[in-house]
Amino acid sequence: MPLFQGEATAFTFAPDQLLVLALLVLPLAGFALTALIGRRLYARAWIIAVPAIVLTWAIGMYLVYQTLFVGAFGHEGLHFTLYDWVPAGSFNVAVNFGVDALTAVVLLVVTTVGMLVHIYSIGYMAHDPGRWRFFAYLNLFMFSMLLLVLADNFLLLFGAWELVGLSSYLLIGFWYSRRSAALAAKKAFIVNRVGDFGFALGIAAVWTTVGTLNFFTTEAGPGVFELLPAAFHGGLIESWHINGIALLLFMGAMGKSAQFPLHVWLPDAMEGPTPVSALIHAATMVNAGVYFVARANPIFAEAPQAMILVAAVGIFTAILAASIALTQRDIKRVLAYSTLSQLGYMFASLGVGAFTAAIFHLVTHGFFKGLLFLGSGSVIHAVHEEQDMNKMGALWRRIPITHWTMLIGAIALAGIPPLAGFWSKDEILGESFKNGFLWVWAIGVVVAVMTGFYMFRLMGKTFYGQSHVDPHVEPTIHESPRSMTVPLIILAVPSILLGLAIGFPPGSGLLHGWLEPVFEHASETLGLHHAAFEIGGIDGALLIVGAAAAALGVILGAWLFGLLRRGERRPLVERLTTRLQPLYNASYAKFWFDDLNDLIFVRFGGALARAIWWFDVRVIDGTVNGVASLTQGAGKGIRQIQTGRVQNYALGIAAGLLVMAVTYMFVVAR
Amino acid sequence: MSQSLDAYLVLSGLLFSIGTFGFLARRNAIAMLMSIELMLNAVNLAAIAFGAFIPQLQAHASLIALLVMAVAAAEATVGLAIVIAIYRNQRTPLVDEYTSMRQ
Repeated sequence: MPLFQGEATAFTFAPDQLLVLALLVLPLAGFALTALIGRRLYARAWIIAVPAIVLTWAIGMYLVYQTLFVGAFGHEGLHFTLYDWVPAGSFNVAVNFGVDALTAVVLLVVTTVGMLVHIYSIGYMAHDPGRWRFFAYLNLFMFSMLLLVLADNFLLLFGAWELVGLSSYLLIGFWYSRRSAALAAKKAFIVNRVGDFGFALGIAAVWTTVGTLNFFTTEAGPGVFELLPAAFHGGLIESWHINGIALLLFMGAMGKSAQFPLHVWLPDAMEGPTPVSALIHAATMVNAGVYFVARANPIFAEAPQAMILVAAVGIFTAILAASIALTQRDIKRVLAYSTLSQLGYMFASLGVGAFTAAIFHLVTHGFFKGLLFLGSGSVIHAVHEEQDMNKMGALWRRIPITHWTMLIGAIALAGIPPLAGFWSKDEILGESFKNGFLWVWAIGVVVAVMTGFYMFRLMGKTFYGQSHVDPHVEPTIHESPRSMTVPLIILAVPSILLGLAIGFPPGSGLLHGWLEPVFEHASETLGLHHAAFEIGGIDGALLIVGAAAAALGVILGAWLFGLLRRGERRPLVERLTTRLQPLYNASYAKFWFDDLNDLIFVRFGGALARAIWWFDVRVIDGTVNGVASLTQGAGKGIRQIQTGRVQNYALGIAAGLLVMAVTYMFVVAR
Repeated sequence: MSQSLDAYLVLSGLLFSIGTFGFLARRNAIAMLMSIELMLNAVNLAAIAFGAFIPQLQAHASLIALLVMAVAAAEATVGLAIVIAIYRNQRTPLVDEYTSMRQ
């Protein structure tokens, strides 16, 4: 169908391609309209933004269905070019999009969680005077995230990468009059710059190496994922080169997905409204790094050393964040550290070559962590914007829907079978073990215990035992409006069933069938081939170990902090805390990473900057100003001889004449 | 008339020195103009003396002397006119009082 006619060429797009474009146009239009007229809509600021996203979701589901179930686009996926973006001589970048199985799986999470969070926000933001701004930003984020997922070349992806960063910045600092929120927004933006610096360098390296930025080989020409491995095998580039490219690209992923040591921004990002935490900082944007590394699997598969680093960074972040989550008091911070920890799992999984398991965990985690965050928002709403878990307790009868859905989310996250988290987490652990990364597996099991523990600590402190809620607030605790509870209930369904639906039986579920063509080649390159899953063999044993670890954590947490009617074992907890005081303090202070950064970058960096500033002002500017004042001073001095008295001048003339005459007489004439 | 060129040149030099001294030392604009006349005439005297003692220079010397007299006359006219104009403005003939163009 002709869309618009150029002078020489007619742009025509197939219906499916138009739908892909609609996926981008709808949120963008929603953003533009809400930004322009949203202020006049008052309490109905959502009236454009939310329907736009619901429609986007419907189109997204259709595309997911077409890609995954019908197989309309084949193994290669749908690839098409919208227009030439940068036609600059040999540097040629187009705006092109691609939809393959990996895109479709991520689309599933992004559009679904995005749609539910939009609906939830109608209730959550109902009384905020800035709600039109909120919905505009949220739509901008959806546009950026969809662009990121659909982008078919590095530069477009990088642009979208920055756009999601911008939306994240705007939404973290949504309540910008609060100093902490403004600072957190800045922190997120600046820490991401560090990662993006590496990312941009990596993209430049890709360009100089292969001379194109397109991901895939299409009619337009060969793509990076074919050329780069070919260049490596053809001996054009060395091993360190491809490892370096992989590591630089991974640096970008580390920033966006908040991996150690760039993890410090994510917990602070909880200053934003809770729906934002759920959507951007749990379910979608922070997964961009995982998605990107999985997307770039043909590069990473050729870079085994880089892969080991990915695994190490991932699993280290997992245990670091999990151990911090054990002691935090702010309900959203516990969830934020939990997100970090789960993202660490995903990177560990990517690092050991289990790409499918990483994406599997990305999907399930997106749903249940979105659920947990939205649930925490509902709790915070109920107790009048209180986030300290020590000031909650005994809420489970007061806000039953929130409680039951969050309990489901907690069990899913802890990894208790048969809920979603169990299948994905266990696949990561199992794959690490079978791919020979025993250390990743061992740390992963410890993290699994911690996960169960901190989630049930959160549940116990928030919902069970005695109430520590402010007595003034106590009588007014109420369940949230329907626009908030319905998304919770909807999200609870995939949290329970998704693992079984797409990941069962382990290793050969629906998801594995979808993603196999995407990762097949990488697995071959890495030499990872496994026998089919056997419940009686090693797989069964690993499954039981994983489930047992999760159960151990859950039982410990529930035993110490209570479950339903049973309350917290206060004396025991206090004894434990005192016994482990140094460890407790270290965990509570987040292992002093913020202080370390403050010392290195704010103090030392600041001192260095001041020294350079001094040098600039004194030496550089001093030289320039010195030359100027020297000239000026000389002028002032010499001006004294310009008396304006004609006789002084005449004396000069006469003296000069005399000197000349005498010189002539004694020197020349002799 | 003395038969020595040197005597004329000495006189000329003396006259020129007096003129120079007067120009440098006097503060009165009229006196300064007079000093200039003195210097011009000293030069004229030297030129004429050269013309009288060196036959090859005779024709040129008279010509130079006439030219100098014409220039001196013109200079005196213009100079006096300027001095009078300034005097009307400043009510003083003393040149070091003329400071209105100083910074």
